[in-house]
Amino acid sequence: MSDLPNSGIILNGALAIAFVLVGAALLMSLWRLVVGPDQPDRILALDTLYVNTVALLVLLGVQLASNLYFEAALLIALIGFVGTAALAKYLTRGDIIE
Amino acid sequence: MSTPLPDLGVEILVSALILIGALFSFLGSLGLIRLRDFYSRLHSPTKATTLGVGSLLVASAVFFSWHGPGPSLHEVLVALFLFITAPVGAHLMAKAALHLRTRGQSELPSEELLEGKKVTGADLDRDSGR
Repeated sequence: MSDLPNSGIILNGALAIAFVLVGAALLMSLWRLVVGPDQPDRILALDTLYVNTVALLVLLGVQLASNLYFEAALLIALIGFVGTAALAKYLTRGDIIE
Repeated sequence: MSTPLPDLGVEILVSALILIGALFSFLGSLGLIRLRDFYSRLHSPTKATTLGVGSLLVASAVFFSWHGPGPSLHEVLVALFLFITAPVGAHLMAKAALHLRTRGQSELPSEELLEGKKVTGADLDRDSGR
């Protein structure tokens, strides 16, 4: 069970603005993922999507004053890097595990 | 159990770091859709967004160090991992794009360079002279 949101007005305002900005960033990288003309563009957009998700999870952890979200953020960062490396290797070599 | 924030300075510091971090990750993704070719687009998410997430993680570390029982070090782990892997991922993506001969605004390097053959100084001079 997470804690209650803290009661600071300035912090809550900053968090609200930050949620909007990071949400817009997620939408923009999603747009590049769908539209992106080349395959490397899509890999880059997926990588950006992962990094923005880490940012969103960190913000959520501060908003809820909960420590639970760091493990999730670390796991998503890890999976994001492995996915980026595997996709780039697939495009470069034609195979992932040779 | 959450406590109301008694310390205005910490709150302002955390809020400023959060705003800076969110702005940087927004600008990084804006560059992803605004810049013209892949090699330009490679820069903004891998640098600006990583810096923004780093700032958010610093804000979170300050917040939890102040809010919790002791200094909070989880964030350092995430930040360290992101800052190590972002350039590696960018390098791999750039290599994949060069391998696929993705067109940019400027000309691609010569085939000898792209194929990784042995390159002499004269080749480099001719290549940069174009």
